[in-house]
Amino acid sequence: MDNTGVTLAGPFASLTLKNPVLTASGTFGYGLEFAPYGDLRKLGGIVVKGLSLKPREGNPMPRTAESACGLLNAVGLQNCGAEAFLRDILPALPADKVPVIANLYGTTPEEFAELAGMLSDEKGIAGIEVNISCPNVREGGQLFGQDPRLAAAVTAAVRARAGRLPLIVKLTPNVTDIAAVARACEDAGADIISCINTLSGTAVDLVTRKPRLSVTFGGLSGPAVKPVALRCVLQVARAVSIPVIGIGGIRCAEDVLEFILVGAHAVQVGSASFSCPDTVFRIVEELPAVAEKYGVADWESFRASLITD
Amino acid sequence: MNPTISRLKILDIVPFGSGPKHEFFALRLTPPKWESCAPGQFVMLRPLPARSEAVCPRPFSICKLTGGHLIVFFQVCGRVTAEMAALQAGDTVQVTGPLGNSLPVRADRPTLILAGGIGIAPFVEYVDKHPRPATLTVEFAHRHPLACYPFEGIAEKCAARSHMETVEQDRDAIVALMEQRIREFAPAGLVLACGPTPFLRLVGNTAAACGAEAHLCLETRMACGIGACQGCVVKALLPAADDAPPVLRSGPAAPPDDGAFVRTCACGPTFRADQVIF
Repeated sequence: MDNTGVTLAGPFASLTLKNPVLTASGTFGYGLEFAPYGDLRKLGGIVVKGLSLKPREGNPMPRTAESACGLLNAVGLQNCGAEAFLRDILPALPADKVPVIANLYGTTPEEFAELAGMLSDEKGIAGIEVNISCPNVREGGQLFGQDPRLAAAVTAAVRARAGRLPLIVKLTPNVTDIAAVARACEDAGADIISCINTLSGTAVDLVTRKPRLSVTFGGLSGPAVKPVALRCVLQVARAVSIPVIGIGGIRCAEDVLEFILVGAHAVQVGSASFSCPDTVFRIVEELPAVAEKYGVADWESFRASLITD
Repeated sequence: MNPTISRLKILDIVPFGSGPKHEFFALRLTPPKWESCAPGQFVMLRPLPARSEAVCPRPFSICKLTGGHLIVFFQVCGRVTAEMAALQAGDTVQVTGPLGNSLPVRADRPTLILAGGIGIAPFVEYVDKHPRPATLTVEFAHRHPLACYPFEGIAEKCAARSHMETVEQDRDAIVALMEQRIREFAPAGLVLACGPTPFLRLVGNTAAACGAEAHLCLETRMACGIGACQGCVVKALLPAADDAPPVLRSGPAAPPDDGAFVRTCACGPTFRADQVIF
């Protein structure tokens, strides 16, 4: 396969990538941490760590706990804040050679909108990904992403301020009907859907009889969640007409193809970057040959070609 | 030295201590891509192919880099270290390193090394590479028999004593000794410590009380070891810039009043004792 490029064309804006492999927010730092292990410019895109309006301190330790084939985390979105990111970090990223996508975290639709407004004119930003797996402080902590109405409200608020930037809405799998949330986001002005965020979980210690995470609950990622992610991408891709980015347990080029087979336009590699820091670079390199091995001539004809009775 | 990922073969895996149930091992590996490191740095290591259900590699101090060979010393304390203990010569491990900062080396100052248990590991390399080992004094506190630890190589090169804790009362004596030694090295000397958190807290508090300059090499859980996961933070009085990616670290900045969470892997693992809030 000679050309692995792909365009994710949304109703308001498009994202064009040289290959369909991006990094997942929260697993790739601000990008620079991985510069010693590969050429950032070769990636399909970099989704940076979630940014909030003000710097966030995050949760106390312990913040991570491993489970079978999975990793629970409760970092609590520790980050330097959008302003410091734009001032200190973005200029150091090769944003003219690789799309840099800002992942946003807010607690009200207005906060999300303000963040989008800060970013919409930034030359180095290629897109916005909205993390709606966060509590709405005004509605008793209900997650935006767990209610189609709230998800749509955030999407619409960001859409209004996002300007030229493609708007990606990242869905949580911790819902009964993920397709309904995806449709609500599409109707409210999302260009692209990405899924899945982590699965809610916990781990406990029999000796201390305490939770193994300081805040009891965390998000599960890693190979353990891949079947859930594939199911969600399949359901969402069938429910909406905008492009979908698949996320969840991707470790190799074959995994990338599986997500495209069920309907994804692109993917994000997450905690596999913890297993080995060059994982995402290796996947990008191996993808053309692996695609050829499975008879994939181009993404268009292969995407969503899953055969079901 | 920029960190790199190496896939290394195991030359041998040597159990330490006697008895049928070994908990301590020295893993000797083929030369990594890097030829030098600074004492106190660490590696992230995992067996290949990944056999266990573990997603993350594990952090280990560099115990020794000699003749190109990398030696990692470890204690079995969970699934991955148990899996590592079952590895054999010829097996492959993934090693990312060298990572983190280093322990300060000051040949012009008498240096007290306080090690607790497996915290002895980084000091093997430290003593080995120190330009004037005669200026070093080592006090080593441990719970397992001395033969379980790589103490012999240290004792050959500098003044080193070991103290085994078998009953509760032993701990009081060890604590008293540590406190006395730290006072002896204040203010001109340098105090370095590595071990469990309560041990490091004691060293930090004592050093603060008597005005000794102490540096603590922390051990903590890490998911990535390279600054991405934010899973290894410690509360520290460091300027925010010190926790930025290396290319951005510049200029003095005021540390926060009540401390901030900084990454042990990126800002440490060695911190000045008066900057850590336990």
